[in-house]
This record gives sequence, C-alpha cells and structure tokens, in this order.
Amino acid sequence: MISLIAAESAIFTIFVVAYIFYIGKSLSGPMPKDVLEIPVFSTICLLSSSLTIHLAVRALKNAKVTIFGVWWFATLALGAIFLVGTGREWQRLIYEKGLTVGTNLFGTTYYSLVGLHAFHVTVGLIAITLAMIFTLSGQVKAEHGERAEVFSLYWHFVDAVWVVVFTVVYVIGR
Amino acid sequence: MASETIALDAVAGGRKLIGERLHDWVVTVDHKKLGILYILYALFFLVVGGIEATIIRIQLIVPRNHFVSPQTFNRLFTMHGTTMIFFVAMPLVFGFGTYLIPLMIGTRDMAFPRLNALSFWLTAFGGLLLYFSFIGGNGLYGAGNAPDVGWFAYAPLTERAFSLGHSTDFWSLGLLVSGIGSIGTAVNFITTILCMRCPGMTLGKMPLLAWLNLVVGGMVILAVSPLTAAQVMLSIDRYLGGHFFDAQAGGSAVLWMHFFWIFGHPEVYILVVPAFAFASEIIPVFSRKPIFGYPVMVAATVCIGFISFSVWAHHMFTVGMSSYGNTLFTITTMIIAVPTGIKIFNWIGTMWGGKILLKAPMLFCIGFLFQFLIAGLTGIMLGASPFDWQLGNSYFVVAHFHYVIVGGILFTIFGAFYYWFPKMSGRMYNETLAKWHFWLFLIGFHLTFDFMHIPGLLGMPRRIYTYEPGRGWEIWNLIVTIGVFFQAAGTLVFVGNLLWSMFKGQAAGNDPWDAWTLEWSTPSPPPDYNFATIPTVESRRPLWDIKHPEDPDWKYE
Repeated sequence: MISLIAAESAIFTIFVVAYIFYIGKSLSGPMPKDVLEIPVFSTICLLSSSLTIHLAVRALKNAKVTIFGVWWFATLALGAIFLVGTGREWQRLIYEKGLTVGTNLFGTTYYSLVGLHAFHVTVGLIAITLAMIFTLSGQVKAEHGERAEVFSLYWHFVDAVWVVVFTVVYVIGR
Repeated sequence: MASETIALDAVAGGRKLIGERLHDWVVTVDHKKLGILYILYALFFLVVGGIEATIIRIQLIVPRNHFVSPQTFNRLFTMHGTTMIFFVAMPLVFGFGTYLIPLMIGTRDMAFPRLNALSFWLTAFGGLLLYFSFIGGNGLYGAGNAPDVGWFAYAPLTERAFSLGHSTDFWSLGLLVSGIGSIGTAVNFITTILCMRCPGMTLGKMPLLAWLNLVVGGMVILAVSPLTAAQVMLSIDRYLGGHFFDAQAGGSAVLWMHFFWIFGHPEVYILVVPAFAFASEIIPVFSRKPIFGYPVMVAATVCIGFISFSVWAHHMFTVGMSSYGNTLFTITTMIIAVPTGIKIFNWIGTMWGGKILLKAPMLFCIGFLFQFLIAGLTGIMLGASPFDWQLGNSYFVVAHFHYVIVGGILFTIFGAFYYWFPKMSGRMYNETLAKWHFWLFLIGFHLTFDFMHIPGLLGMPRRIYTYEPGRGWEIWNLIVTIGVFFQAAGTLVFVGNLLWSMFKGQAAGNDPWDAWTLEWSTPSPPPDYNFATIPTVESRRPLWDIKHPEDPDWKYE
C-alpha cells in the first residue's frame, strides 16, 4: 500500500505541477478569484473523516465490531458529504459561471486536479461501502483489523492530498 | 487456486489436451508461467519491432528511395520505438524478474499472485490496443491508421487539430493501460523482495538480481506514474477539449516534454538496471569468482536510482532552457556516469584473475561491457549541452541510444536467455548455434550502429524518410542497412536455436553451470511449488556452501 501511495503521489505531483505552472496563464476569463469560493464545510468533513476511520480501525482491533460499524458509517457519511459538496460546486461553476474544461487553462487544470482527487474519494467510498455491507451482514471480525488499517492508509492519503489541493487551488491559486 | 491445480495434475497423470493446457496458461497465477508469458509476448513483439526497423532501414538504403511513403515511414518509426521500449524491453525485464525473483529469494510465489496475473494481462492488452490502431485508428476521418507522432509524441502534434482520427488515442491508451500494469508489477516486486525472503537471507545476503530489481521497482513507481498522469492529461485535451498542451490557449508544449522525459530518462535506467542485474549474476559464475565489491554494487545502483530522476532535461537542451538549467542538467548527467563507471570496474574486477569460461551467456556479457562503455562515452558527449546543440536530433543521438539499448540491454538479455534457458525449459541450448548467433549479431550490431554515428556527425537529422544524394551520407547509410541483415540473421538463429532446443535439446539437470544462487537448487523446470521445503541460507552463495561444506562462504562474509 505504501508503494501504491508513492505511485499515486507521483501522479498527483504531476497534476499539481501543471496547475501551479498554469496559474495566471489563462488567456480569457473567468479567473479563479472571480468564481472560486472556499469550500470550508466539505473540507472540515473530509478531514474529520480521517479521525473517524482511525477510531473505527482501533475499535475493530479491540474486537468492538459495533463501535467499528458506527465510526465506519460516520466515515462513509463524511466522505459522501464531501463528494456532494464538490458536485454542487461544479454545478455552480458550470451552470452559473460558465466554466468548463474547455473554457480556459484554469478550467482545464481545475477540473483535472479536483476531479482526480474526487475520483480517488469515489474509489475510497466504494471500498468503504463494501466493507459497510460486510459489517452489516456480520462478516467483519477482529482479525480483519489489519486490512482495515491498510485501507485507512489510503483514506489518510486522500485526505492529505486534499490539504495540498486545497492549498494550491483555493489559497495560492486565488 | 494453486493447490487445486496440483491436485488435478496428480489425478490426470498423463498428457493433457491442448485446450486444457491453454486454459492453464490463461488462468495461471504462477509466477513462473507468467514470467514465461511475458517473455514469449516480448519475443513476438521483438520480431514485429525488428521487421519495422528493417523496413525503415531498407527505405534509407539509398537516397530518394520509394520503398514506403513518407506517411508510412512516420508510422513505422513511431511504432518501432513504442513497441521496442514498452512491449519488448519492459516485458522482457519484467518477465525475467517475475520468473527469477521468487526462486532466487527462496519463496514459493510473488507476494500478490493475482495482481501479478493482472499486470501481465494489462501489459499484453496495452500492446494489442496499440496495434489495433492499424485497424481502428482511421476513425471516420480517413486520417490514416497507426500513430505517427514519434515515440515521445511531442505536443502540439498530438492535439486534436494536428492528429485527426484515433491513432494518437490508441497510442495514449495503450501506454496508459500497460503503465498501470507496470506499476502493479513494481508494487509486487518490492513487496515480494522486502517481505518474502527465506530464513537467513538478510538484505546483505540477497542475490544482486533481487537487489537491482528492488531499485527498479522503486523507479517504476516514481517514473511510470508521471507518464500515466501525462497520458490522462493528453486524453483530457483530446476528448474533453482541455488546453494542457494547446499553445493556442496558453498551454505549453514544453510542459509535455518535461512530463515525458521525467518518465523517459528514468525509463532508460529501468531497462538498463535489470541488464546490470543479469550481468552481475552471469559474470561471476563464468569467471568462477564471487562478485567483486557487492556492497559497492548495491550502493552504486541505489545512487543511479536517485540521480536518474534529476537528469531528464538533458533531452531538452535544444529546446532553449536557461543557462542555469543547461548547466544543472549537464552536471547531473556527468555525475550519473560515476556510479555507472563503478559498476563497470566491479565487473572487470570480478573477471580479473578468474577462470573465464567463454560460453554464450558470458560472450554476450563481455560484448555488453565494451559496448555499454562506448554508449556511456557518447552519452557523456551528448550530456555536454554545447555539444548537444550541435548534434541534438541527429543520427548521432539515434546511434547513441541504440548503443545503450541494443549493445547494452539487448546483449545482456540474450545472455540471460542462454543462462536461464536450461532452468526454464529443462533442456540445454545448442552452444554452436548460440556462438553463431553471438558473432552474427555482434558483426551486425557494429556495422549498423558504429557507422550510424558518422552521418549524424555529418548533419543527417533523424526521422527523415529520405535524403538527397551528394551529401556524403550514402555509403554510411548503405553500411548501416547491411548490418541490419546480419542482426536479423543472428536473431533467426537465436529463435531457431530456442525452438529446436525446447524439444530436442539435451536434458539440463538442476545445475548445468555449477552456479551458486537458489534457483539452481530446484529441478529444471521447477515444480509449481518451487521448493519442497523452504531453504535456509547463511551466505550470498548458498549453493557454494552446500557443495563445499569444508570451506563455506559465511566464514568470510
């Protein structure tokens, strides 16, 4: 999993480099400072889901399957809220501000970078949902703690990437 | 899965039907079968890429030739480059790695057998996707079939406006798919080597092949991922109307170059480090001496792994970077020659005073040593940015990198074929034919690539489909093309030798070379489970310890 995270980091690095390289190089509007709003609520949700998944894994290692289920579900819900937040932001940008992938360089890099991250969140959510189904059908036991922990590495990575994306897109890029 | 197969074999006993055998190979998760699949797949594409190269050279044999059209010529050199790098060299080194690593470190399979199978099939279908462009690349535009943008596909040639139809998409998707396969293989290599070594095999007692493949794994992960990212960007440009590499909307063509070469240069080392690994296993066995300077060898490899990520822009001196950029990348390029030079001294140190047996694997490794040295020297010449301004994009560059890839990598891969063929097939190859192969290929190689430097120095640019008479290039191009036929003849002898020996060769026994690493302690070919009992090792040469209990290695390490 650490190898995979290294590979993923390299992919994200390339997209981040492209984003930073193209900041302020768009030939036509809309510009980031005109249209972007800082997604405070969904950021808080995503970052706190790191905490909930950590608590879930710890509960599972201590064989407390019910508590694990509660925290796991909280992670699922927080991740889903984040994804909905991104979706609403995109809807606003596309329909109200008229920003698409093809509009300008900002649009191209913005949707690629945020979209790549949202894709990783989606993959994570699918995995969490599967594990949730197994939990509800009673198949998850304490010996699966290690697998849950390995997966939680991926989820922490997705959160950490969001910190980078957030800084680049909403702080530096604006 | 594996245990079921063993049980079935035991029940069936006799020969299986062809359909059943085929089914076994398709659904297999056994690292040995997957390794052989990788190798066979790469051999097939080696022949395909070789035919493309031959057509290119026939077109250039005389000035103003009309053997193929300019459009076809562009497609041929694109497909030749892409095929040879991604679907010949990569599967070959991965194939040998997949086959040998578990055997060498004394375990029964890779860490993730199913991921292993997935990686192979992704690579395989990536290649098919690329070649499907001959049928599907046309699209509805009548814009020609196979990709014709060169193997590094510089923007903006790849943008929708300049590349109609789907040919570039097949190129991009083929590399994307096989790239994901490569990352999977790398994850598998690293996990297997770090977590599954047999008892007693500390990192310092691991065979060099495993060490070098560990470094390769790390490099694949960090280098192939940027290529994957860049291919995603290219697809966004082509399908969603993005502007990453679209200069009309402020995008940058130079950014593609950076992204491509941050992959492209480590890629050279991803291919050559396994070649070093083969040489580091073969040379000691045929010099009857342990490897000289094992720790230095490991350290030099790790150094190469790191430095290879800081040299990429030496492919871009002619683009017009700042003088600081040029200086920096010239210096890093000079630095990476140091650990590489250390390795060459170590191999010579291993041979020095040894009892050298000139069998085919060793012949190919000696050829590799000399040719790789020359390739490195022209590399240093091109690494000096002022020299590169003069000769960048000329046939000198083509001669240089073919010297690395054919003279360095392919020669050791041929050596590896002969060295491990007895283990994989259980039969010996024909030594006379192997020597014919070596000499034919050596003569062909030097005719082609030694003389290819000269038209480059005389100003012949690469990728031109024909040239005017009277520039002094004719005689050199003629010699270069004649060399190709020697190489083709050598390759035919090689393939014929493999096929003949597969069925008619003498039985090889467990250990035909009196070698020292664990794979030679198993029967040839090894059973599904590799080792009936997992071995325990005490030194870098476990089989030496078994054969010479009175004077074991571990007393001295």
